[in-house]
Amino acid sequence: MLIDFFLHLKAARLPVSTKEFLALLEALQAGVIEHSMDDFYVLSRACLIKDEANYDKFDLAFGAYFKGVTALPGLEADIPEDWLKLMAKKHLSPEDKAKLEKLGWDKLMEEFKKRLAEQKERHAGGSKWIGTGGSSPFGHGGYHPEGYRIGGESAGNRTAIKVWENREYKNLDDSVELGTRNIKVALRRLRRFAREGAAEELDLDGTIRDTANNAGWLDIKMRPERHNKVKVLLFLDIGGSMDDHIKLCEEMFSAAKTEFKHLEYFYFHNCVYDYVWRDNRRRHAERFPLADVIHKYGDDYKLILVGDATMSPYEVLQPGGSVEYNNDEAGAVWLGRLLEKYPKSVWLNPEPERLWEYRHSIQILRDIMGARMYPLTIEGLERAMRQLNK
Amino acid sequence: MRFKGSDQYVATPDLMLAVNAAIALERPLLIKGEPGTGKTMLAEEVAAALQLPLLQWHVKSTTKAQQGLYEYDAVSRLRDSQLGDGRVHDIGNYIVKGVLWEAFDAEERSIILIDEIDKADIEFPNDLLRELDRMEFYVYETRQLVRARHRPLVFITSNNEKELPDAFLRRCFFHYIKFPDKETMQRIVDVHFPGIKDALLKEALRVFFELREVPGLKKKPSTSELLDWLKLLLAEDIPPEALRSQDKKVVVPPLHGALLKNEQDVHLFERLVFMARHNR
Repeated sequence: MLIDFFLHLKAARLPVSTKEFLALLEALQAGVIEHSMDDFYVLSRACLIKDEANYDKFDLAFGAYFKGVTALPGLEADIPEDWLKLMAKKHLSPEDKAKLEKLGWDKLMEEFKKRLAEQKERHAGGSKWIGTGGSSPFGHGGYHPEGYRIGGESAGNRTAIKVWENREYKNLDDSVELGTRNIKVALRRLRRFAREGAAEELDLDGTIRDTANNAGWLDIKMRPERHNKVKVLLFLDIGGSMDDHIKLCEEMFSAAKTEFKHLEYFYFHNCVYDYVWRDNRRRHAERFPLADVIHKYGDDYKLILVGDATMSPYEVLQPGGSVEYNNDEAGAVWLGRLLEKYPKSVWLNPEPERLWEYRHSIQILRDIMGARMYPLTIEGLERAMRQLNK
Repeated sequence: MRFKGSDQYVATPDLMLAVNAAIALERPLLIKGEPGTGKTMLAEEVAAALQLPLLQWHVKSTTKAQQGLYEYDAVSRLRDSQLGDGRVHDIGNYIVKGVLWEAFDAEERSIILIDEIDKADIEFPNDLLRELDRMEFYVYETRQLVRARHRPLVFITSNNEKELPDAFLRRCFFHYIKFPDKETMQRIVDVHFPGIKDALLKEALRVFFELREVPGLKKKPSTSELLDWLKLLLAEDIPPEALRSQDKKVVVPPLHGALLKNEQDVHLFERLVFMARHNR
C-alpha cells in the first residue's frame, strides 16, 4: 500500500524513513483523515517531512506522483459530485457493494473502471480519470473507493493542490537562500565547548565526592564555565570578480564574527600570495606577510578560505602571476603552505557548484584543496563545517 | 478527541489535521514557524479546547533533558546529613519530579509543551528519545521505572536555531506554521477585536501586508505585532483615512513603532517612503 509513493519520495531524495512511512499508514488506518486528497497531502507531509526546507521538494514530488489526480480539478467542473453520487448509486447497490467488498479493493476498482468505461458518452474525461486512477493513489492508497465517490468529500476541494502547484515553500529550500541568521546556524556546527578560565561554577559531583572523601565534612569544589573554544582563521577574497558576491560574503563575515570568540580574518585578492591585509582601504600601506601569519597562529586554528577562485590559471601556478604585485612564488605554493600548517581547512565558493567544472582556475584550486571546496549555500556550509569537524 | 480550533485561536485546516493526527497516534508534534505565529499558543489552546491539563516546560540554553524527568537534590541531602536530619536515609525524599514525570503520573491524559527545544544543548533531543517514544524512564537513585499511565500529548516548538537530530524527528509529526494569508489574518483579527471597524481593519491589513513585502527588512512584522498595532490604533482612535495614501502618495503609517522593531528597519522604510515621494 502506497509503497510506490514512498519509493517515489525516496527517489526524489527526500529524507524519508520506513518508520515515518509506517506512521503514515498507521494514521490512515486510524482514520485520521477523511477521503480527501488535500487531507492526504497534509497528513503525509506531517508524517514524512520534518524540515520546512524540504516542503518545496515534497510539493514537487507529490505533484509529480499524483499527476493523474491533479488532472481532476479540471474535470470535476464537468463531472459534478452529484453525478458521481448518482452513478455510484446506480451502479453500486448495497448488494453490489457487499459483494464487491469481498472481492477486495483492487477488484472493486477494476469493476468500477469497467462500468465507468461504459459511461463514456456521458463524459469523455471520465475514462481518462479512472484510467489514471488505476495507477493513482486511489488504487494503491487504500482509499475507500466508494467512500471517495459516495458522499464524503469529493475532489472539489482544491486548496492543497494549489499549495503544491504553487510551490509556496520555495524560498525555504536550503540550497537557495542564505541569510545571516542561517549562516549562524550553519557555523554553529563548529562550536566546541571546553572548560577554561576562572573557577566560578559549583561542581556538584566533585563536591559530593570530595565531601565523602572528607568523611562528610563539606568540601565545596568549583570549576570553570564552559566556553566556545573553536579558533577560526578566515581568508576573504576581495575585489575583482568577487564584487558580484559582496553581499553574500558580508553576511557570511558578520555571522562568523559574532559566532566565534577566536576569529582572525585577512583579505586577499584572487589567490593568497606573500601578503595579506586586514583593512581593505589600506591594503598597500598595511600588509601582513603570510609567513608571519602562519607562524603566529597555531595549527589548532581552522582555516576557511572564501573566494570565487575565478581568475587566470597563471595567477595560481606562475610566479609573478598576481594582479597586485610581482610575486616571487606562485599562489599554489603559498596555498600549499597554508594547507600544510592547517590540516583543518575548507574553501567556500560563492559561485554555483554547477559552474565549477567550466572554470579552469576553480578546478586547479579545488585539486590543491583536495576537493574540500564547497558552495556558499546553507547546505554547502554545513558540508564544509562537517568536514572541518572531522 | 478532536481539535477544531477555538474562539480564541484560528487554526488552519492543515494545522488542525496535524494536531489530530498527533492526538490519534499519540505521537509528539513538532511545530515550527516564524516568531509570533502562535506556536506556543497552540498547545495552550488545544489544552483548553480538549479540557486537559497543560504542563509547560520552557527550555533554556542551560536546560538538561534530565531536568524534565527528575532532579536529585544532592545539596539538600548533604546539608541534612550534616545536620543529622532523619530524612536523609531515604533518597526518595530528595528526588524532585520534573514535568515529564508529573505528566506520566497524572490520573488523566495531559498535554506537555516543550517550548523552544532548539534553545537547549545539541544533545538535548537525543536524551529524550526513549522518554518520548516509550513514555517511560528509569530513576537510578531509587531503582524504579516510571511509566506513563496515559500517554500524554506532547507539543514541541522550535525556532530553528539548531537542527534537531534525525532520530528525534522521525518520532514526531511535523508542522510548519506558514505566515497567514489575508483571509486567515482577517479571521485572526476578528477573533481578537470583534468590534473593529471594517474600514480601519481593511486599511490596516493592507498596510501591514505591504510592509511585509518591503525588501530587506531585518525582522518582518508578524501576527503578534499586527495585533499590538491594531490595539494602539484603536486606543488612539485613528481614522481609516489616516492609513490610506492619498493620490498614491506613500505615507509612513502612524504608530509604526509597533510594527518595525528595529532601528535599521525604520530607517530603511523611511528612506523608501522618501524615494517613492520623490519619484512621483
